[in-house]
Amino acid sequence: MRSLPVRAALLSLVLLLVGAGLWEAASTAPESAEAVSEYDMLVAGAGEKARVPGPSAVIAHAWAALSDPFYDRGSNDKGIGIQLGYSVGRVLTGYLLAALVAIPIGFVIGMSPLWQRALDPFIQVLKPVSPLAWMPLALFVIQDSALSAIFVIFICSIWPMLINTAFGVASVRRDYINVARTLELGRLRTALTVILPAAAPTIFTGMRISISIAWLVIVAAEMLVGGTGIGYYVWNEWNNLNLTSVIFSILMIGVVGMLLDRLLAGAARFVQYVD
Amino acid sequence: MSIFRDPFDPETRLHAQGCGCARCSTSATPAARPADSAEGRIAQVVESALVRGLFGHHDEQRRQVLRAMGGGSLAAILGTLLPMDAIKAAAIEASGPLEKTKLKVGFVPITCATPIIMAKPMGFYEKYGLDVDVIKTAGWAVARDKSLNKEYDAAHMLTPMPLAMSLGAGSTAEPFLMPAVENLNGQAITLHNKHKDKRDPKQWKGFKFAVPFEYSMHNFLLRYYVAEAGLDPDKDIQIRVVPPPEMVANLRADNVDGYLAPDPFNQRAVYEGVGFIHLLTKDIWDGHPCCAFACSQAFALENPNTFGALFKSIVEATHFAAAAENRADIAKAISPANYLNQPETVVAQVLTGRYADGLGEVKNVPDRIDFNPFPWHSMAVWILTQMKRWGYIKGEVDYRQIAEQVYLAADCGKLMKELGYEPPKTTYQTYSIMGKTFDPATPDAYVDSFAIRRS
Repeated sequence: MRSLPVRAALLSLVLLLVGAGLWEAASTAPESAEAVSEYDMLVAGAGEKARVPGPSAVIAHAWAALSDPFYDRGSNDKGIGIQLGYSVGRVLTGYLLAALVAIPIGFVIGMSPLWQRALDPFIQVLKPVSPLAWMPLALFVIQDSALSAIFVIFICSIWPMLINTAFGVASVRRDYINVARTLELGRLRTALTVILPAAAPTIFTGMRISISIAWLVIVAAEMLVGGTGIGYYVWNEWNNLNLTSVIFSILMIGVVGMLLDRLLAGAARFVQYVD
Repeated sequence: MSIFRDPFDPETRLHAQGCGCARCSTSATPAARPADSAEGRIAQVVESALVRGLFGHHDEQRRQVLRAMGGGSLAAILGTLLPMDAIKAAAIEASGPLEKTKLKVGFVPITCATPIIMAKPMGFYEKYGLDVDVIKTAGWAVARDKSLNKEYDAAHMLTPMPLAMSLGAGSTAEPFLMPAVENLNGQAITLHNKHKDKRDPKQWKGFKFAVPFEYSMHNFLLRYYVAEAGLDPDKDIQIRVVPPPEMVANLRADNVDGYLAPDPFNQRAVYEGVGFIHLLTKDIWDGHPCCAFACSQAFALENPNTFGALFKSIVEATHFAAAAENRADIAKAISPANYLNQPETVVAQVLTGRYADGLGEVKNVPDRIDFNPFPWHSMAVWILTQMKRWGYIKGEVDYRQIAEQVYLAADCGKLMKELGYEPPKTTYQTYSIMGKTFDPATPDAYVDSFAIRRS
């Protein structure tokens, strides 16, 4: 009997092959009839019309795009690597700014029941707002489209971190704090050396949720603002009804999102502890 | 927009358009000195800026001083104090060093933007010493915001947009200039294939249509067309704003029954076998303007030499695009991913006018799209009458004044002459739109002559 991970991997492979096989079978290109008249020449032949491509076409396209990921043929046509780089840059900037704001405020909220109750209504109202709803306002007030996109990331990644930090800090075991009190630790020292490490795993969970949300939002934000980024890339290919590129970008967005999530999961391992 | 008025005229109006206060209703707008020529206009702008600067932009104060001593004597005194002629000459000559060589110009990926786009790969910007980055923009709301933000130095806009922006309709009021029109005609009404038997607009009750922007010729022409057929565009059909690149996808998904849109998206719908071309807008109004090249007044005043160079490259590119023999090369230059990102045959069919109509016929309409930079004031007046007709602007409208402030016909004419083209002698002409005559001299009567209207 083989081990569970090996069997799981085998099953994944089988699912992939079956799925791709069905997809390929369902999407064989229709035969192009010979263009006989001028009219036929002017409209797309059956094989040229926009349609959902099979996995083989996507793989071929992915190969071509990934073998030259950093080409730059002008401001509106850049390689997938450059576009992803822009998006990751925006996400990380907005996300780190959000962390700088959310974690300290979350700390205060977690430690002070007064502040928790006072800020609660604002958080509850602002949290469910779709970050894209902020876009027109951001464009108008900030007057810079690149900064507006970063602001949208900022505003969407702030809430999970804020709430998780507050929750983590508020639910640190009383024993720990009582021990610190017995040892006559100052408030600041208690916060930094006792509460922070104790709440760290919860805080990291919030940070992990935030980065996933930020990555979800950046695509939509860039489709709106345009210029650069993977969202713009998808929009530009949609423009041309080029679904092969769109499917390829979907896969790339998924891969990068997974990497970002793995990165934080790895970091979270450093602060794990067992009670 | 006061910068374009004669600064030595004590009677200029202080209040915004449509102000109903007692002072405004009595104030006349006498043309104290001629400002018809390009030189006269630029000179007046410079003087205006100086005089208004002197009085700290307090128009009341300026008027009192001018009444007391007379405009002429103030001009004379100022002339001795300030090197006004030198400043004026600098602005008119525009031959000095460029203030800025790296520019950002925004465009929406449609064939209307042809001159702005092709000027990059075909070297028209370079010829005048400019390093222009042409940046693709998702739609006109973003193009407008980026222009207002000054992220773009200049942009491809729709001819009604600078008028609307200058009036503050649908955005904050910021004086915008429209030195050049880009294209004439070049739009079409495309319908979904399932409507092949509904070629009479009277059968369109309940249809959903897409247009690219509220303040667009597309919106105004579609409204005009269905209203002529007796349908009320606000009640009998639904008009929604969809950015041009998303139109084919929406038509395929049956979200809309049709659209009045810029090309290549009409031709692309035919190419994809999704829709057919019901009517070219040329058949509504032959020679109607569509898109424009525009920039903020601030950009033009701060960078007169750069503005001049940019203006020249656009006018020259527009004339190059107008020649039928250049169209195939242009289609090749602007089809790649960096610009329109469309199959070349689609763009070529639009530009050459030999196209498949989606109903099985090959049509030959060489003037399907044409390019001419001259911004007729009468075009602006027509657009304003339609904005008034459909309630986008309220109150009294000083059609001519707005038209002349925003559409820089005199400057464009001067440049055309400089570059060796023959500009029209006048800036107003009458149009025949679906057989109905429009006379720019009587805009209010024109608005009132329509049975279906909101005002």
